[in-house]
Amino acid sequence: MNGHLEALGREALRVQGVRKSFGKRGAGKEVLGGLSLTVADGEFVSIVGPSGSGKTTLFKVIGGLERPSEGDVRIGGKLTTGERGHISYMPQQSALLPWLTVAGNIELSLAISGVDRRAAKEKTNEWLERIGLQEYADAYPRVLSGGMLQRVSFLRALLAPQRLMLLDEPFGALDALTRLQMQQWLMSIWEQNRRSVLLVTHSIEEALLLSDRILVLSSSPAVVREEFTVPFGRPRSEALWTDPRFNELKQRIYGLLKADMEEGE
Amino acid sequence: MASKKGFLAKAWPPIAVLAGLLACWQAAVTLGGVADWLLPSPLAIVQEAARVWPRLMEHTEATVRLTLAGFAGGSAAGFVLAALLHLIPGLRTGAYPLLVLSQNVPVIAIAPILTMLLGYGFLPKVLLLMVVCFFPVTVATLGGLSSPDPQLRHYFQMIGIGKWQMFWRVELPHAIVHLFSGLKISASYSVLSAIVAEWLGTNKGLGAFMLLSFKGFMPDRGYAAVFVIVALSLALFGLVVLAERCFIRWQPEKEAGKE
Repeated sequence: MNGHLEALGREALRVQGVRKSFGKRGAGKEVLGGLSLTVADGEFVSIVGPSGSGKTTLFKVIGGLERPSEGDVRIGGKLTTGERGHISYMPQQSALLPWLTVAGNIELSLAISGVDRRAAKEKTNEWLERIGLQEYADAYPRVLSGGMLQRVSFLRALLAPQRLMLLDEPFGALDALTRLQMQQWLMSIWEQNRRSVLLVTHSIEEALLLSDRILVLSSSPAVVREEFTVPFGRPRSEALWTDPRFNELKQRIYGLLKADMEEGE
Repeated sequence: MASKKGFLAKAWPPIAVLAGLLACWQAAVTLGGVADWLLPSPLAIVQEAARVWPRLMEHTEATVRLTLAGFAGGSAAGFVLAALLHLIPGLRTGAYPLLVLSQNVPVIAIAPILTMLLGYGFLPKVLLLMVVCFFPVTVATLGGLSSPDPQLRHYFQMIGIGKWQMFWRVELPHAIVHLFSGLKISASYSVLSAIVAEWLGTNKGLGAFMLLSFKGFMPDRGYAAVFVIVALSLALFGLVVLAERCFIRWQPEKEAGKE
């Protein structure tokens, strides 16, 4: 484990023994049960888990929106428990402001993330061109398709200066075909521009296709049940699906999730 | 242009109905032999309006001045109030019932109170209009400030937005659409309240002119004033709609059916 970390350099995120309960004075339902995880610098880590396994709460804790009842969060080696502004974020719904143009939306988020206005503008223009969306720079979000919106949303997260990106079910609302395209697209962009990523997804295939490591969560309270290192090199493509190791891993992860759901019933 | 054609298509039915009504009115008075001191015909009203035009315009000017001052002041106060209620925790729950209460006191009762306190000048009348106009703006704006999509709010919290930036960048722009709904209501109220204010205590303005005309058995003059008041109301409402169109470019034209 440590060897793996050193090989990848500094660690982007360390979540240590985080517990979180809701209800009266934290005596209610425990959602996170002493959860620990790390993301190394430049590493792509996915979290899969049954619905309601506290993934949203985990993201809120990492983002500083919720304080854990116990444990702490370190981002880039710095203790950031309960502090906001240390991550960039891509939600399931694109969350673009309808009254700003595509470029305006990206620039605003960069400004909030601490980039100065002019640099934000330049970067936005440069990248919109690079990903072939420059013709939409001055368009309002309502004219864009779901896939396009998510591209903009991803770009907005990617350009922020924060080292760690949290992707929360980013393609969950897209149709299957668009979803596949988007995974490919995201992977190609990310491979050229590596950032530390923590992705929450319901799709095991998506996790296998995109990540270096997969963490399988158990539900209520959530802890990391098992961890898989994805053995495929990069760049990757759909050809992966015919790899016997792909299916074997998929079956194992699926088995874990299924067992968890049956226990819960 | 497609939109112009759409406008004509939508505008002709109400215009036709209105023209029909006026024609019936005219016919009823001339053919039915209604006494003109009881109900003047539309033509008689127009003729009378033309005859007293300079005086009518003088009073219109006074009303317009009062209306605009009250509408602008009331809306501004309403907007600031909404922002304060939104930004200061606890104030909203504390003060909201009081705001509702302010609307439950009849205008007709507030006017003499203000007159007693402040006399017959311009100020008490403007205040009366402000009392009437601020409320729709406050309620609509407050609704807008607290209703942005929770997903948007969540996203911006996750990337570490501060309270002020949330207000300026997310909540306020979102509230603009709502603000305009409030302004449209206030615009209509403001003209009517100006008339009431003038009716109750002044010798200037269409309200006073109307009162004198009806009391002096000159209903055609009174009706002329009514026509001007209706026109003023429509014009102010139209101005707000126009401002809304200029201001909110990003929205699809879904408001079109509502007007």
